Amino acid sequence: MEILDKHGVMERHSLLLTVGILIVVSIGGIIQLAPLFYMENTIEKVDGMRPYTPLELTGRDIYVREGCYVCHSQMVRPLRDEVERYGHYSLAAESMYDHPFQWGSKRTGPDLARVGGKYSAEWQVDHLKDPRALVPESVMPPYAFLAKRKLRFANIENRLKTERIVGVPYTDEMIAGAREHLIAQVDPEADFDAQDDLIALYETAAGRQGTVEIRDYDGDPDTITEMDALVAYLHMTGTLVDFSTYEAEDLSNRR
Amino acid sequence: MTQAIGNFRRANASLFAVGALLAVFLLLAVLMAANAKDPGMTIQAWTFVALAGTFLVGMCMWAGNPPENDPFDDTEYEDGIIKWGVFASMFWGLVGMLVGVVIALQLTWPNLFYFPELGWTNFGRLRPLHTSAVIFAFGGNVLIATSFYVVQRTCRARLAGGMWPWFVFWGYQIFIVLAATGYLLGVTQSKEYAEPEWYTDLWLTLVWVTYLLVFLATLWKRKEPHIYVANWFYLSFIVTIAMLHIVNNLSIPVDLAGTKSVQVFSGVQDALTQWWYGHNAVGFFLTTGFLAIMYYFIPKRVNRPVYSYRLSIVHFWSLIFIYIWAGPHHLHYTALPQWAQTLGMAFSIMLWMPSWGGMINGVMTLSGAWDKLRTDPVVRMMVVSLAFYGMATFEGPLMSVRAVNALSHYTEWGIGHVHSGALGWVGYISFGALYCLTPWLWKRRGLYSTKLVEWHFWISTIGIIFYIVSMWFAGVLEGLMWRAYNEFGFLEYSFVETVEAKHISYIIRALGGLLYFSGAGVMAYNLVRTALGHGEASAAEATKPDVTSDSEPSLQPAE
Repeated sequence: MEILDKHGVMERHSLLLTVGILIVVSIGGIIQLAPLFYMENTIEKVDGMRPYTPLELTGRDIYVREGCYVCHSQMVRPLRDEVERYGHYSLAAESMYDHPFQWGSKRTGPDLARVGGKYSAEWQVDHLKDPRALVPESVMPPYAFLAKRKLRFANIENRLKTERIVGVPYTDEMIAGAREHLIAQVDPEADFDAQDDLIALYETAAGRQGTVEIRDYDGDPDTITEMDALVAYLHMTGTLVDFSTYEAEDLSNRR
Repeated sequence: MTQAIGNFRRANASLFAVGALLAVFLLLAVLMAANAKDPGMTIQAWTFVALAGTFLVGMCMWAGNPPENDPFDDTEYEDGIIKWGVFASMFWGLVGMLVGVVIALQLTWPNLFYFPELGWTNFGRLRPLHTSAVIFAFGGNVLIATSFYVVQRTCRARLAGGMWPWFVFWGYQIFIVLAATGYLLGVTQSKEYAEPEWYTDLWLTLVWVTYLLVFLATLWKRKEPHIYVANWFYLSFIVTIAMLHIVNNLSIPVDLAGTKSVQVFSGVQDALTQWWYGHNAVGFFLTTGFLAIMYYFIPKRVNRPVYSYRLSIVHFWSLIFIYIWAGPHHLHYTALPQWAQTLGMAFSIMLWMPSWGGMINGVMTLSGAWDKLRTDPVVRMMVVSLAFYGMATFEGPLMSVRAVNALSHYTEWGIGHVHSGALGWVGYISFGALYCLTPWLWKRRGLYSTKLVEWHFWISTIGIIFYIVSMWFAGVLEGLMWRAYNEFGFLEYSFVETVEAKHISYIIRALGGLLYFSGAGVMAYNLVRTALGHGEASAAEATKPDVTSDSEPSLQPAE
């Protein structure tokens, strides 16, 4: 084992040791990570994906803030029981605008990748306020305070701009109108022009109609609360991709 | 004499440099507080100002009234910082474990332990507090303290950099407080074990690079020709954590005076980056760092050389090379391309070999001193930690197999696996090191009470067994229930039925955690009494370690 006898050189030169360590620990990461950024078949080509509306995005920020990801995954695996329990298995494309991703690692609660459209807004609000009132065996924390807190969105234009820097395709119109769009989505009585604008911009981005929902979510039309935003996000989660046009067996979608 | 004056000048320079650095960051923090875009930032910035300000003022008061001797005397070891480190490890360990017990109780009796009016006490905010407190606050302080102890002894040189090692220590405590209070405020970027936001990440980067430089500069001062094996492990831990931390936290702040930032990567790329980081936080923070403790404290405590020099070389390089590939096993059956999943699985299985090689090297170091397992509970604790290490590093490769992972992923089995590694391996090897360090640092003849170590050992061991067995059971149970079909071909159970089925397991788990926490409390009491010189620790040893003389027996370099 001559090579082991030469190891003494590393033991006498700390910089050689440091550089050696750095090279050895870099190899695996480079080989696994780098191809994901340029291999074309990493992310499927699908119809329907669009950036989050300002309201959904702030709702998602609340989802992150409250640490929902520690108990709820957003990644349905292609296993029979999961597909039957939660719906179509998750695609890479569905989280391509998620900075950061929310796939999670633990299911203390059920997967939420396709929770959108499964429950009414009233159910979501009641359940978030007091989970055990609806599901007695639940171990979920209560989130009644969300319904009392006003949503903070003074910075919403900057928020969207930052998303654009990292590659989410928000247009100039989306950024300029972010504030009006946010208010318009949660208040059915609000400025109709802003509502039309919101729907036109985001449905054009999705290439598909019926992907923007306008309504009051928390049963309190007078104030825009954090509950409004969170439920708006939950309501659209996993509903964007048009699976009627998705060919799972197509060679380009095999990975 | 002239050399001593030269040293003192250099030390003075380090005082001024640290002071200037703190002043700059204080100024930035005040600016951020004044322009804060959200209440979280206001609190975080003022917290930083209070802590860094206290550090700066304390340092100025100390430097303005210096002791007669050169405070950075190169002929003595820097042990003050390690004493602080032992205290900090104990303190944060207790805090982190207590939060763990609380969140275990929340899942067991949600009606008793959730407070609807206090949103910040919800599981989602406390769980990151628990994981970060035990990994980074407890584990990190153990690693910083032991690495500073070991590098000095094995190099026979004082820590380099005068005030800089103190900056590393206090800067790291500031990082901990910022991260912890941030979680309670809901300031998080939601990447597991990397939750702190961009400004806390930047501060940690600064502290960590300083840590690397202090460590390297101490190696450069060494009076031994060879770098001892424990230091290879410490070095790989410091270097790799720097790399992982920087890449996984690449983000753009929405506002320079706001808490929120946006990750540069998204979706599938972000997921793999996260688990490349996440698994190697296990690999390089919770493994190589603590293997360094094994390679110093076990031979030292049993007074035997490391079992095999060649095995330690093979162990070191193969472990660090293979570990870095294992991340994708956290993403089996997800939207991550399958080639990456397969690579991750293959390397995870290969990882079994170097892991066990290291375990064997540690356990066999006891050759000729096996009686110490019976007579010295501290040695027993460290050897049992290796047994848990062996168990967890067998279970890990098993769970990384796709077919097994289909069952185990997302379940409590993962929680059980993590805790057999965390409580058994990381916890016990750390407790062993703290039990060694306290009498050595405070120059006591022994620990205050060996009996209490026995109590600690048995209480904690029963706690670990309660914990991991209940979680194995709960994990396999829910995994099987999720995929169970009835005779008509429909799913047998609703999700909430699987939650209900775990209730008894949750009770046993909480009890196990409580026992483990109590054991740590017994240790803290024992260590405090030891430091105070009570009981069996009473008589102080007269010998003063002298860096320049050869009287202090330092461990032989591995060759």
